[in-house]
Amino acid sequence: MEELIERLKGEIIEVLNLEDVEPEEIDADAPLFGEGLGLDSIDALELIVLLEKNYGIKIEDPKDGKKIFFSVRSMAEYITEHKGK
Amino acid sequence: MESIENVISGSCSIHEQKVIIDGKVGFEGNIDWSMPEFLKKVYKNFEMKYPKFYKMDPLTKLGFTTAEILLRDKNLNEKYDDADIGIVILNRSSSIDIDKAFQLTIDDNDNYYPSPALFVYTLPNIMAGEICIRHKFKGENTVFIRKEFSAKFIQDYVSLLFQKKKAKVCIAGWVEVNHTQYKSLLMLVENTIFANSYDSGHTFDTNAINKLF
Amino acid sequence: MQYPDRKMGKVFIESDNIISSLGFTTEENVCGILQDKPGIRIYNPSQLSPTRVPLSLVETDKLNGIFSEFDDPENFTRFEKLVIASISNALAESNIPVKSKDTLFILSTTKGNIDLLESKKRSLFEEERKYIWNTAALLSNYFGLKNEPLIICNACISGVLAINTARMLLESGTYKHAVVVGADILSRFVISGFQSFQSLSPNPCKPFDKSRDGLSLGEGSSTMVLTTDISILAEGQQISVIAGSGSNDANHISGPSRTGEGLYHAIRKTLEEAELKAEHIDFLSSHGTATDYNDEMEAKAFHWAGLAQVPINSFKGYFGHTMGAAGVMESVLSVESMKRNMLFHSYGYGNHGVTVPLNIISGHREAEMEYIVKTASGFGGCNAALIFKKDKL
Repeated sequence: MEELIERLKGEIIEVLNLEDVEPEEIDADAPLFGEGLGLDSIDALELIVLLEKNYGIKIEDPKDGKKIFFSVRSMAEYITEHKGK
Repeated sequence: MESIENVISGSCSIHEQKVIIDGKVGFEGNIDWSMPEFLKKVYKNFEMKYPKFYKMDPLTKLGFTTAEILLRDKNLNEKYDDADIGIVILNRSSSIDIDKAFQLTIDDNDNYYPSPALFVYTLPNIMAGEICIRHKFKGENTVFIRKEFSAKFIQDYVSLLFQKKKAKVCIAGWVEVNHTQYKSLLMLVENTIFANSYDSGHTFDTNAINKLF
Repeated sequence: MQYPDRKMGKVFIESDNIISSLGFTTEENVCGILQDKPGIRIYNPSQLSPTRVPLSLVETDKLNGIFSEFDDPENFTRFEKLVIASISNALAESNIPVKSKDTLFILSTTKGNIDLLESKKRSLFEEERKYIWNTAALLSNYFGLKNEPLIICNACISGVLAINTARMLLESGTYKHAVVVGADILSRFVISGFQSFQSLSPNPCKPFDKSRDGLSLGEGSSTMVLTTDISILAEGQQISVIAGSGSNDANHISGPSRTGEGLYHAIRKTLEEAELKAEHIDFLSSHGTATDYNDEMEAKAFHWAGLAQVPINSFKGYFGHTMGAAGVMESVLSVESMKRNMLFHSYGYGNHGVTVPLNIISGHREAEMEYIVKTASGFGGCNAALIFKKDKL
């Protein structure tokens, strides 16, 4: 799980162009949206693409996104649970 | 028609790795830098502190950066109503580079992952939108595509917007990116009737515009 | 001859055309609407999209058939054929001197020949054809137009801005006539982009309805020929475009404002320019894309502008969102609505689905109209509005 979390941090920084952010600055349990990283609705859509492209997981209902993308940890948990299904 | 004298009360142009502010070199980069590298240095040099900059495509970055430098210390929101601040931008190649980049994400059925972060920049008026968001400008904005830069068209069109009371102040000019070629010029155009005060500047005519370009 | 309303520099609509899934002339499009036959169909996976998707497409065979009356369809792109066919049809009914220095050409488009970026089409035409300025020059030359074309590329408000830009340049006397054309094609590019935003409905769109769940994309072209020369117009009822304005939300590049403030400003400024109040407006043609946020934003803006009681429709239930064509196409239809004294049904609307009460038109019905408003909103936070007036010459 921790390995996946670290990998995800790198991927998030890359696909969302968070140039000034270092992986260690992202708290795995802190909310991704709202305060902090300053992510917005386009970033949320881009994270959906990331799950599909890198992990083969398709989110059918975008409303599920809120829970899945709450934090890096919740993303990692979702991936672990759904990968290969 | 009442006679309105329009003046250029500021300008910023970025091309050939140089930032020209009001006709003078304000920052110069290494000619070997790529355009994105150069713009990142400009961003840092002018301490813009707007992380969303990194998400923008090169065209939007160029337009945004040029406007950002142009509008330093101008306090437009104090002088004018937000809804009276207009933007007119001309450009030759629309958003061709990011169009090509987006097409690569969808061309192949087996590798079909359309990227929303790329798609959103596949319209040239997004750069006007980003400038509006940054500075809370709520006036008229129009992006024209044109084969060549035209000082006369810019002069005529901005003057018409003032005459028709569509705007009382305008950020106007040219922002173009095509592969490694790029050039921008944005001018702040005010006029003596609407502005309570304005920085002394050049009369807004084709001579002055061409000189800045 | 006496002209009772001979205001100098007033801009009249002299001729027009619409090409969409509903037909190849304005008349055919109006007929489709009056018969309540929308042109949006659900298409199986194809070169346009790897998934099933509802679209409003122009019939290719018919387009090529019509086009072959003017020129060889093989030598032109789909976008160019749509534009040439639309302008040709509008000019057939027009008396303006097309090749005069007094005539301006304005092209409104979001993506032009965008399908030429596809790997399968890349080599069909020369590289330059991918550039909108080049396409516009080709189209301008095709009709022998003399002035450098103006091209407006301002997302989904391009068509409304194009008409307003023409109006201002004609009113000021810079030109006497204008050929304004709006066009966009459906391509893999545009469909996948809107899919990535998750803004497409799996079914034909339902603007302002409670069950709306996204937009439907469409393609087409539409022409509006404008003139200030009343000597070429027939006596009697004529429609003029009298005011227009744009604005920006300054809120978000892809999401509509939550408050409707930007669109409200565009409408307010347009009413002020026309020296009219909200109660003078007899009909409003909205943008009405049928996304959750857009329709809600518009509802708030209309309410704020005092237009909640005015009969309102969205034409998108008939032919979807035609992007760069939409503003021109929907303006032409709004003008038809006025000419015929007939309010057109807002197709797809059944149960009210925005939080503000609005007077959405249910079923076609007769009504006298003197002033109407057309609005549009688009990516980049942009908004625009126009006012058309029924005049007598």
